[in-house]
Amino acid sequence: MKDEVTTREDRVEALGGMGCKRKRVEDARFTQGKGNYVDDLKLPGMLFGDFVRSPYAHARIKSINIDKAMAVDGVVAVLTAADLEPLGLHWMPTLAGDKQMVLADGKVLFQGQEVAYVVAKDRYAAADGVELVEVEYEELEVLTDPFAALESDVVLREDLQGDGNGLPDGAHGPRKHHNHIFYWEAGDKEATEQVLEEAEVVAEETVYYHRTHPCPLETCGCVASMDKVNGKLTLWGTFQAPHAIRTVVSLISGIEEHNIRVISPDIGGGFGNKVGAYPGYVCSVVASIVTGVPVKWIEDRMENLMTTAFARDYWMDGKISATKDGKITGLWCHTTADHGGFDACADPTKFPAGFMNICTGSYDIPVAYLGVDGVYTNKAPGGVSYRCSFRVTEAVYFIERMIEVLAIKLNMDASELRKINFIKKEQFPYKAALGWEYDSGDYHTAWDKAMKAVDYDGLRAEQAQRVEDFKAGKTRKLMGIGLTHFTEIVGAGPVKNCDILGLGMFDSCEIRIHPTGSAIARLGTISQGQGHATTFAQILATEIGLPADSITIEEGDTDTAPYGLGTYGSRSTPVAGAATAMAGRKIRAKAQMIAAYLLEVHDDDVEFDVDRFVVKGAREKFKTMKEIAFAAYNQAIPGIEPGLEAVSYYDPPNMTYPFGAYVCVMDIDVDTGVTDIRRFYALDDCGTRINPMIIEGQVHGGLTEALAVALGQEIAYDEMGNVKTGTLMDFFLPTAWEVPNYETDYTVTPSPHHPIGAKGVGESPHVGGVPCFSNAVNDAFRAFGLTHTHMPHDHWRIWKTANELGLHG
Amino acid sequence: MIPAAFEYHRPTDMAGVLAVLEEHGDDARVLAGGHSLIPMMKLRMAEVPHLIDLQDVSGLGGIDVRTGEVHIGAMTTQTEIIENAELAQVCPILKEAALQIADPQVRYMGTVGGNVANGDPGNDMPGLMQCLDATFELVGPDGTREVKARDFYEAAYMTDREDDEVLTKVVIPAHGAGYAYEKQKRKIGDYATAAAAVTIVSDMGKCVQASIAMTNLSDTPVWSEAAGAALVGTSLDDAAVDAAVSAMLGDIDPTQDNRGPIEFKKHAAAVILRRAIARAWSRA
Ligand SMILES: Cc1cc2nc3c(=O)[nH]c(=O)nc-3n(C[C@H](O)[C@H](O)[C@H](O)COP(=O)(O)OP(=O)(O)OC[C@H]3O[C@@H](n4cnc5c(N)ncnc54)[C@H](O)[C@@H]3O)c2cc1C
Repeated sequence: MKDEVTTREDRVEALGGMGCKRKRVEDARFTQGKGNYVDDLKLPGMLFGDFVRSPYAHARIKSINIDKAMAVDGVVAVLTAADLEPLGLHWMPTLAGDKQMVLADGKVLFQGQEVAYVVAKDRYAAADGVELVEVEYEELEVLTDPFAALESDVVLREDLQGDGNGLPDGAHGPRKHHNHIFYWEAGDKEATEQVLEEAEVVAEETVYYHRTHPCPLETCGCVASMDKVNGKLTLWGTFQAPHAIRTVVSLISGIEEHNIRVISPDIGGGFGNKVGAYPGYVCSVVASIVTGVPVKWIEDRMENLMTTAFARDYWMDGKISATKDGKITGLWCHTTADHGGFDACADPTKFPAGFMNICTGSYDIPVAYLGVDGVYTNKAPGGVSYRCSFRVTEAVYFIERMIEVLAIKLNMDASELRKINFIKKEQFPYKAALGWEYDSGDYHTAWDKAMKAVDYDGLRAEQAQRVEDFKAGKTRKLMGIGLTHFTEIVGAGPVKNCDILGLGMFDSCEIRIHPTGSAIARLGTISQGQGHATTFAQILATEIGLPADSITIEEGDTDTAPYGLGTYGSRSTPVAGAATAMAGRKIRAKAQMIAAYLLEVHDDDVEFDVDRFVVKGAREKFKTMKEIAFAAYNQAIPGIEPGLEAVSYYDPPNMTYPFGAYVCVMDIDVDTGVTDIRRFYALDDCGTRINPMIIEGQVHGGLTEALAVALGQEIAYDEMGNVKTGTLMDFFLPTAWEVPNYETDYTVTPSPHHPIGAKGVGESPHVGGVPCFSNAVNDAFRAFGLTHTHMPHDHWRIWKTANELGLHG
Repeated sequence: MIPAAFEYHRPTDMAGVLAVLEEHGDDARVLAGGHSLIPMMKLRMAEVPHLIDLQDVSGLGGIDVRTGEVHIGAMTTQTEIIENAELAQVCPILKEAALQIADPQVRYMGTVGGNVANGDPGNDMPGLMQCLDATFELVGPDGTREVKARDFYEAAYMTDREDDEVLTKVVIPAHGAGYAYEKQKRKIGDYATAAAAVTIVSDMGKCVQASIAMTNLSDTPVWSEAAGAALVGTSLDDAAVDAAVSAMLGDIDPTQDNRGPIEFKKHAAAVILRRAIARAWSRA
């Protein structure tokens, strides 16, 4: 099948490879309601599990009576900690090196904690059974404030008290107090404090990044099925890291890993919420082992918001020093991190505060210090990275607020201050004061492009006029201009310093080329809406010269996929995307030998050209990849094994560092606190762009979640530890109605160490968007003396700011 | 979020509804659009052993525009209110308010009868009906009676309706006034932080009649007679509007919730009322 008539451009286009706006192959099923989610799974004889949860945030459990629940028609079993204890499963390890109760073992530490697990023939009977489990509680003093917790005599974690000879160390070293989890630091404290002491200007601020929740549309859930005949356990679930879950299940259950198959079917959004292991998984596995039939557990919305992994809850005390003309000389940050009742953060083992030490941001800061204290409180465990790499959104929010605070102190324009301090293009690779080596960047170019696109000077002039009009009583609306230049750190990560539970954070891809020139590639990652089946096929199309439409991408089944650490932290493209390219190159290397044999020339005399190998200097002589694929299966080629397959495990040499420049223009009604986002401009540099349309979709989604967090989304507690925002009535999930029109833009600074130069983009808009929205709100009030006000900027808090500034007359 | 077990009844006429209500007393409740009741059942905040679906009951729907008044059947949906051109002519405030309730999906199901009978202080229609001086028609074992919207609400979820009565229609006098329904909410689908329904009749540049009702600022809707009276006889100068606002503030009694503290709600109520008055006056 020679195709000489087609041009090279035609051939490139026919591949649907990197750089084209290929339509998402997933959407055909998602938009028709034909997705296959865990709750769609129906197995013969399947039972349903449901939790009895604690109404109290801190209480001792005096007794649990299951008799009435067991009497409900359809209820099969009720599990409590006492039933799990003989199996050693009443507690489970967390990803952060702590342990967590699977079912309440004598006490509860947060509202909604799992107390008993009711197994029944259907959901309705299970829910009725839950109503009838009688639990007698003795209420204990509740600690919801991490600062108070560090002073209190109340011991939250009695299990960590040791034998009376001093407080035992935690997973990350010595603990200062019984409610203290760890202290972690980076940088040079002494040198930083010295610089601050001697600085011409120091700006200080406490920046609270409130507790919120990723709230994926699909809640967490699983189906566990233990086949007692062959001893195999199959676990379907909403897992962002299916292989890691398999290993964890094996370690805690004692079932050998080859007898466990973990399957992540379609996942309806994760955003970090589906990285960890939850009591629901353990209880479902135990229930299936006990009953011998499959058991399903699906959270409802309130359970999801109240109990499975929250995000943020960082109190960040900051100091930033500079010369009088705005050159930053040092940055100091102490963070108090509220981790809730158990430390179940999902961070690489050596980084208990994630990559918070990227908090020097996009700026050339000679010296810096970061210290983080983790604290137990009576709140739900979690601390996952909600659409960001490990704690990067906290870091970026911190530095981007501190820059604004410094600009106020210096009485300087915030854009100007950024420009003075950006790391310069020629400084890359750049070694930051807190340890990271930024691989690449061109911040000034991106920033200038952004400022020009929005007519920054024009906006400032308009804003100044607005302030005049406001003071003259001509308007009640103020105008805020939010600026952000963020630098992310994604693609965890190099095995030498990144692991989770001892598992190195490489990722993998395995490719099989079929005889007729189509292919299947399997990866250790799992899409939750990112469109992997579309983009990874594009990477491969370009690498191996077969059309993307002829390549199936499969993820999420541990029996078929190579081992990988899953999808979160924008790591899929930086790590698994690299593995895909590398595996593709192995295919190509073998294809080259086959082509040379078929063309009867030396291996070095053929070269790859889009979809074929051509003879150097005689391009009319070629073999297409399709022909080569067939030859791999039907020719006996001396010295070459039949078949065309490859696998690659990719250990990244460094992280990647996507960046971007965002601008938000907002009008604020000072009387009602209502905000109106007039304009949002987002320039992203994610290196090589695999699919511009998917990038744009990711940016829209990430910005929308950023808007949510900045303007109202929170998990709030009262003093009794009751969750005040446990339903979507109060937990803000924006709809099309609240969302402005986004203008997207880009520059391209490829990653020098990534095989295709890509950096990851799924989280950038969230990381950059949150400070940008927040800076706009703060900026609107700058002319009236505001330095900083905490998120979320909902109506009443904005109103309060205006009120405190005396703007209500 | 799974309700307790219940018996589902689906009668086709009012006699059938009343029979089930009589048999089961307060163990039975009627179901209209279900967008208030079903969430409560799922949260197990309402236990309804006998649920009587009104869908098939004849004679409960329809919008009937007559001279001087409008009759709206209890099962009329909010979407039907929005889409009825005749109604938009004679009573445009209904459409303006209905468009600010929830979202299209909820409005396809939610009914006028359910919204006014529910008794949730967050519902928008009760205040609106008080502003418009509507009358509710109730049918029970002893026949039909009428209650003024302004007399109907007693406390949160407590109304003048007896457990064995069904609200069958709402009768609204035609008003020909300037109008406005102004609502502050945190997001689409949210109940009001503060909402105001205002009608104003003007004659020769003076306000001759005014009616003002507020939503979600007390445990019942608040028809502020004094606020309306403060406008009558004036040309809505600043002093008159200030007087109306302070009269309204004297009648509301908001509580703190996630929308904000009391102080904020009072401030928002004042701002929203000022805006509603200004818009209604501009249309009077
Ligand atoms: C996401 C969401 C957002 C919402 N936002 C708003 C909002 O902004 N503003 C607002 O006003 N509402 C809002 N609602 C409520 C919605 O408008 C409801 O539909 C309405 O309150 C009740 O109407 P229904 O027909 O659904 O009644 P149901 O839910 O069926 O019934 C409500 C109550 O009224 C009783 N009842 C119903 N019909 C009758 C009758 N004919 N006679 C006697 N009793 C009866 C029922 O027994 C029940 O107790 C929202 C609902 C949702 C789910």
